[in-house]
Amino acid sequence: MKKLVISLVLLNLLVACASEKPKEPVAVAPAPVPVVEAPAPAPAPAPVVEVDPLNDPASILAKRSVYFPFDVSAVQENDKPIVLAHAKYLSEHPDRKVRLEGNCDERGSNEYNLGLGQRRADSVRKMLVLGGAKASQIDTVSYGEEKPRCTDHNEACWKQNRRSDIKYQ
Amino acid sequence: MALRLLRGMLGLLLLAQVSVANAILTIEIIGAGEHQIPVAIVPFGGGGKLAQSIDEVVTGDLQRSGLFRLVDPMGKSPHELADVSYPDWQARGADALAIGTVTAQANGRIEARFRLLDVVKQTELVGQSVSANDDQVRAVGHRISDLIYEKLTGDKGVFSTRIAYVNRQGRKFSLIVADSDGYNEQTVLAQNEPIMSPAWSPDGSHLVYVSFETGHAVIYVQSLYTNQRMVLADFPGSNSAPVWSPDGNQLAIVLTRDGSSQIYLVRPDGNGLRRITFSGAIDTEPNFSPDGQTILFTSDRGGSPQIYSMPVAGGLEQRMTFGEGNNFSPRYSPDGKSFVYTHFINGKFYIAAQDFQNGQVEILTAGGWEKKPSFAPNGKLILFASEARGRGILATVSSDGRVQQHMFTQSGDAREPVWGPHK
Repeated sequence: MKKLVISLVLLNLLVACASEKPKEPVAVAPAPVPVVEAPAPAPAPAPVVEVDPLNDPASILAKRSVYFPFDVSAVQENDKPIVLAHAKYLSEHPDRKVRLEGNCDERGSNEYNLGLGQRRADSVRKMLVLGGAKASQIDTVSYGEEKPRCTDHNEACWKQNRRSDIKYQ
Repeated sequence: MALRLLRGMLGLLLLAQVSVANAILTIEIIGAGEHQIPVAIVPFGGGGKLAQSIDEVVTGDLQRSGLFRLVDPMGKSPHELADVSYPDWQARGADALAIGTVTAQANGRIEARFRLLDVVKQTELVGQSVSANDDQVRAVGHRISDLIYEKLTGDKGVFSTRIAYVNRQGRKFSLIVADSDGYNEQTVLAQNEPIMSPAWSPDGSHLVYVSFETGHAVIYVQSLYTNQRMVLADFPGSNSAPVWSPDGNQLAIVLTRDGSSQIYLVRPDGNGLRRITFSGAIDTEPNFSPDGQTILFTSDRGGSPQIYSMPVAGGLEQRMTFGEGNNFSPRYSPDGKSFVYTHFINGKFYIAAQDFQNGQVEILTAGGWEKKPSFAPNGKLILFASEARGRGILATVSSDGRVQQHMFTQSGDAREPVWGPHK
């Protein structure tokens, strides 16, 4: 409940921020003034802005895809921080929901890959839940090899297609 | 016979109202059968363009089967039995001779009368009249091809059967039903979400398939006569890999609602759901034996995807494929003595067959992107998805691996083909 209140406050702040876009500095034609040594202006106090880290391109949360080796569905070591960061975000934002979409490369039967894609989505779901997300925040779907991001018959393509996407709803 | 043909055509006719796609098809034949039967087809008498159309269908069918060598009539064109001089045909090296006439009748129907003659024994093998509406010229030709094929090989012809497949063009997916030679395409369903795994009801009246139109994999059953459809399974997760039992009383499907992909049985009305595999691995692509007692399926329970077998009633689950590589998509031969499947090794997919009795494996194709084999109802040909010139195409291979046929549809990638039953 406390978390909910906090997140609501945060949400309000966000809404407030969104409606008060920082104004662009307006270009004013400079009057020709004698050059004088002016004291450095005191820095303006930094505005207190709560940025949703989800919208921060520099945040780890900007990474929304988890990649897998061939015929593997376990989240790999180097992608775990991404999944755990989303788990933390979801636990801190219980109103947010994600859809996990499992995909495969074309080196299997379409039906086997549908099963494998489901397993890839499920392994990300399990790690999200371990990291604090609620099962009710997560939906999973498998596309198998039916929605390839890249359609060439080579590893450069295949490795892009072997992934789970984390899509915020 | 005529009634059966008529009934089949009624189905096609209704289907034609759903939607029509005119495809120019290119068919390429690779290889030839070991013992080709020399047969002369005399262009049919009677009706100019109509006769020519039927002749084209019949000669095309027989050539594609790889089992016949067409003997040039060289100027001889008898249409009636009385006009046939057997020595002419013996001199041309023909073992069999087909003659006939076709007439367009006042009521908008066409009638083809034809005879197949044994040139060596100088006897009539079959004589029959085939009639249909005048927009069913190809069907008449296929029926005649079936009769010739049956008399000369002893096996039932499959030229009058239909196939189903998925065509993918960019984001657009279409479920297509066509004649076994790829012509006469009818679009059953078209949408911008994936369609997978079409399968026929045993009587050929319905298709069951997987569609992603609601955002995840859901199984639908659709009548090819009325075009009406119903949801067969829409549980959380994926609902997929549907296949009818030979008696039509139940289907095997694959659900992920209880975790990983597992096989379930369900009645055609969607009731009576019962889980039959309990592996925790991916168990998928079930296929019933012709007697309905056993299921072959793909499973990765042993660490890699392989073919397994289990009694439908429950009991010992047995691994069927061994050795290097992965194996997928098993389908029984119509006589139940062997099965075909997709074999993946060293980056290539092959169509392979395994004999149940001696366990012998035969690789039937040269390898490439060859997937999802299914037998013709006479067991002599295997339809599969292949790739040529950068496109997904339909292909067939004879069950002895000697003759291949590539069918190029007009556009897009053909995927997931499955051969329908006899009408």
